[in-house]
Amino acid sequence: MNLHEYQAKELLSRYQVKVPRGRKVESVADAVAAADSLGYPVVVKAQIHAGGRGKAGGVKLARSRGDVEKYAGEILGKKLVTPQTGPEGKEVRKLLIEEGVNIDRELYLSFLIDRAIGWPIVIASQAGGMEIEKVAAETPEKILRAEIDPAVGMRPHQARRLAFELGLSGDVHKNAVSFLLSLYQAFRGLDASLVEINPLLVTKEKQVMALDAKLSVDDNALFRHPDVKELRDLAEESPLEVEASKFSLNYIKLDGSVGCMVNGAGLAMATMDIIHHAGGAPANFLDVGGGASPEQVKNAFRILISDPQVKAVLINIFGGILRVDRLAEGVIAAVKELDVKVPVVIRAEGTNVESGKKMLAESGLDFVTADSMKEAAEKAVAAARGAK
Amino acid sequence: MSVLVGRETRLLVQGITGREGQFHARGAMDYGTKVVAGVTPGKAGETVEGVPVFNTVRDAVAKTGANASVIFVPPAFAADAILEAVDARIPLVVCITEGIPALDMVEVMRVVSTSGSRLIGPNCPGVISPGKAKIGIMPGHIHKEGRVGVVSRSGTLTYEAVHQLSERGIGQSTCVGIGGDPVNGTNFVDALTLFEGDPGTDAVILIGEIGGNAEETAAAFIKEKMTKPVVAFICGQTAPPGRRMGHAGAIIMGGKGTAKDKMAALSAAGATVVVSPAEMGSTMAKILGSRT
Repeated sequence: MNLHEYQAKELLSRYQVKVPRGRKVESVADAVAAADSLGYPVVVKAQIHAGGRGKAGGVKLARSRGDVEKYAGEILGKKLVTPQTGPEGKEVRKLLIEEGVNIDRELYLSFLIDRAIGWPIVIASQAGGMEIEKVAAETPEKILRAEIDPAVGMRPHQARRLAFELGLSGDVHKNAVSFLLSLYQAFRGLDASLVEINPLLVTKEKQVMALDAKLSVDDNALFRHPDVKELRDLAEESPLEVEASKFSLNYIKLDGSVGCMVNGAGLAMATMDIIHHAGGAPANFLDVGGGASPEQVKNAFRILISDPQVKAVLINIFGGILRVDRLAEGVIAAVKELDVKVPVVIRAEGTNVESGKKMLAESGLDFVTADSMKEAAEKAVAAARGAK
Repeated sequence: MSVLVGRETRLLVQGITGREGQFHARGAMDYGTKVVAGVTPGKAGETVEGVPVFNTVRDAVAKTGANASVIFVPPAFAADAILEAVDARIPLVVCITEGIPALDMVEVMRVVSTSGSRLIGPNCPGVISPGKAKIGIMPGHIHKEGRVGVVSRSGTLTYEAVHQLSERGIGQSTCVGIGGDPVNGTNFVDALTLFEGDPGTDAVILIGEIGGNAEETAAAFIKEKMTKPVVAFICGQTAPPGRRMGHAGAIIMGGKGTAKDKMAALSAAGATVVVSPAEMGSTMAKILGSRT
């Protein structure tokens, strides 16, 4: 689960991670009030779930009340287009008004799980404010790293070493060590899958603080963080994806015209791939899961076809726990009830496949059936073309 | 021959009194697996499908000689269930549960890696040695006894591969689902090592997906150590970057973990990489045919 910068900073500060003072606002009037109480200058920052906001004009330094009015007015409601939003951009609904700080140096810091070793790692660099992937590719010697043994957590000696290697000394070194240790506590305590501070700031007053903060919390751990779960901002997600999540369906909207419904994430990805190889493009990823009920199948189908780009549907099910007859029941009910106008291609295999196929054949509905994944993809792509 | 599970397997089911645990304990028994015990804390003395239930894994092992465990425990308690099985020195622990927090798995693996136990999963379909025994949730009837090993991060896509093999008359020695989570017990290299050393396995199908670098590590192993042919398919070739594709581990991050990179690495290592998931079985058939 992704969080806004203002939410991330609020959560991190609970773990004594230093952040600039700031306030989240949703109107120009509130922006001015927040700036007045913080004192000038302030920074007006667009809050959307995407990086690259600064370059897109979503972050402005405001030296006066007039500046705040101007920038807040410009940014609120604006569709911000960054490399991470896609060409359609994302509408800015919230701003973070933050105190201005005296920047001495900008560094980089992040915690994540290194899947190759199965341990958390910390990555630090003197090259703050740049994309870390770019730094790693072009100047790998600037990447500092420490592996954190989960049995003992991050140790002070590791934080000291990194802070020295970042070129820090004296009070700044001391403050950086506490920052590193606090940030690890936050990473662990919040069940983060990623916490990235870029830039990590050293101020002229020798403070070390997070100028920006990106925090992703492990979806699987949300059951023990109900307060974090409540921070989910549905406005940042695709409406169809929000709808799908209500029924525990894994749905991701894509750009193509062949809607797909599959059981299992791997088979769902493979189905997208084979649609592509057949000359088409998938409209979505949809995993109905292993134990889908006819009701869930019906909801999945409804969500799938409510995407106006979908010109044909491909259902690919390998029955294991999800029996093919149960799937057939759900699909037949959905097609009857939802008045489906697009062609539906079904390929099913596995548990109870014979009775499932019989139900589909006797439903009186016009399903296209296929015996293999390849045949199903070819038929679905052809059907999507024909419908255009 | 086969790897990991066979006729000697004596299976314990953790969470046997739950709906899933009971259903799949029955399924394993129907397939011919010796299911000797179940564990649900507080339910000792009961029986499920004729199988005695114990309060703790230690009790179950002491009384029944269980040498493998399969876990059907909800995600919030599954990490502890794995550790309980490891604590009772069960050599093979298979965790089916999906949704265990990644940092829980980090801690679990810290313990497992220095123990004598092997963990398969979590978030996996389990392991089956066709004709001998199955530990997991896969439909047994699609399998056929034979000499091809299958290792995969996916569930239903593995069934697809098995189906393509079986319908061509190609049987499987063992099929191992290593799971779709970012931190898991057994990786591709572990499974390939077992298959390479198994006289009952002639060739291997490897099914990977986007995210992480397990396939790249597998490629290095194939290049240096594997003498048996490997057919590989990587799903997620059309997946958008930065999105988690159903599995917690299936995500392209910062340009890393793409299907393209993995396919290139496997191909360079000498594996036969198929671009289409429809060609896993036919490609294996060709390779086996050309060897005889």
